[in-house]
Amino acid sequence: MVWSKEQMAARAAQEIGAGSIVNLGIGLPTMVADYLPADLGVWFHSENGLLGMGPFPYEGDEDSQIINAGKQTVTIVPGGSIFDSAASFGMIRGRHVDLAILGAMQIAANGDLANWAIPGGKVMGIGGAMDLASGAKRILVMTTHVTNKGEPKLVERCTYPLTAKGCVNRILSELAVIDVTPEGFRLVELAPGVSEAEVRQKTGAPLAV
Amino acid sequence: MRDADADAGAAKEPRYLPRRMSLATASPPTGRHQHKVVATVEEALADVKDGARIMVGGFGLSGNAEALIAGVVKKGVKDLTLISNNAGNLGKGLNAWLEAGIVRRFIGSYIGTNEALHRAMAAGTVEVEMTPQGTFIERIRAAGAGIPAFFTPTGAGTVVAEGKETRVFDGREHVLESALHADFALVRARKADRFGNLRFYRTARNFSPVMCSAASVSIVEADEIVENGAIDPDDVHLPGIFVHRLLEVREHEDAFEYRNTRKRPA
Repeated sequence: MVWSKEQMAARAAQEIGAGSIVNLGIGLPTMVADYLPADLGVWFHSENGLLGMGPFPYEGDEDSQIINAGKQTVTIVPGGSIFDSAASFGMIRGRHVDLAILGAMQIAANGDLANWAIPGGKVMGIGGAMDLASGAKRILVMTTHVTNKGEPKLVERCTYPLTAKGCVNRILSELAVIDVTPEGFRLVELAPGVSEAEVRQKTGAPLAV
Repeated sequence: MRDADADAGAAKEPRYLPRRMSLATASPPTGRHQHKVVATVEEALADVKDGARIMVGGFGLSGNAEALIAGVVKKGVKDLTLISNNAGNLGKGLNAWLEAGIVRRFIGSYIGTNEALHRAMAAGTVEVEMTPQGTFIERIRAAGAGIPAFFTPTGAGTVVAEGKETRVFDGREHVLESALHADFALVRARKADRFGNLRFYRTARNFSPVMCSAASVSIVEADEIVENGAIDPDDVHLPGIFVHRLLEVREHEDAFEYRNTRKRPA
């Protein structure tokens, strides 16, 4: 049994320490917020200029001028604050954000991350991805273990354009939790019922245990 | 136009450092901070010319200076360099500039689902310079603060660093990025006093105050203009020294991009 998206979000939530500042990337990482105990004292940072981001607003309460970096309507929790983009990226670059949870297209055994462009594909832009990947204190990647064509996303060397070099600390896929160490990928945890052999077969680089 | 010193017209080389003025003149130099409030969009944009470099605030469709954006299209200027994080979306906001074919060059950080920009790029009518978002705003901040260039860790070892000087600090590679200046900034504020002290609303603030500092002429579309003193000095988000022209616009569409909600508990 592989982890469902919800189970992955719940597992990722265990990576978040009490009282930390966390930036959640667009897509799957956004779901992690739903699995955190309210009393953990975690503050969500959104790079468009909001610290203390809350859940989606109740129907009828949405405000087009209160959005997250994915341009979705959100709320602001008590204690939240608003600032300009220069201050916001100063928080990221200045190592004030404890953890960023990002998506990935490829992760290399040396921690290189590629998550903004596919060679020959439609250019979507960089946004805050490079700043977050190189600036947050710790990077957790949440991703499917292989592409929709079945190719490994965990590779020896990235062939897609890099987002940042040597930035990834830990990877959470539907199959396993894997750390990036100075020696390469190391298996930390398997999803229930998933075999080490399956993870190894779907990983494009050596995997230590 | 009462603002006689507002001479930043067509494309010029960006200048990052203020020119020194001589004091040996017959009369004291004219400042730009006496009369800022204008009555119409046309007056606000009077000196915007073909080839101008224009910064536009807003994160997607949030915090857009809607009347000024529409006014630039109506004015019929072209060959613009647009400096903005996104260039509109869903056919709204700055998409109007792309659809009117008045943008020659776009400097920003994100395209995403912006079909108008994808079409313009495919047609080769717009040259695009992509910058990481944090580098984008820091380049603008640097221009406004008199810093010609700076080293940043963002983008080191990626395509962003290609052709740029790099240097290692504390064992880590950094990329030299240059200041980004503009002839005009067009931004939206929630409230302005007559000197141009500004307050912004929620995440509509984003790039706007910093852009005002980096443009030769910053033009603000405020929901409300109040008398000096009506904004407490401690509550000013952007001091009026960075603002040159003010236009009050009370009605805005304030379009949604993604309207996400949750069910209210019964």
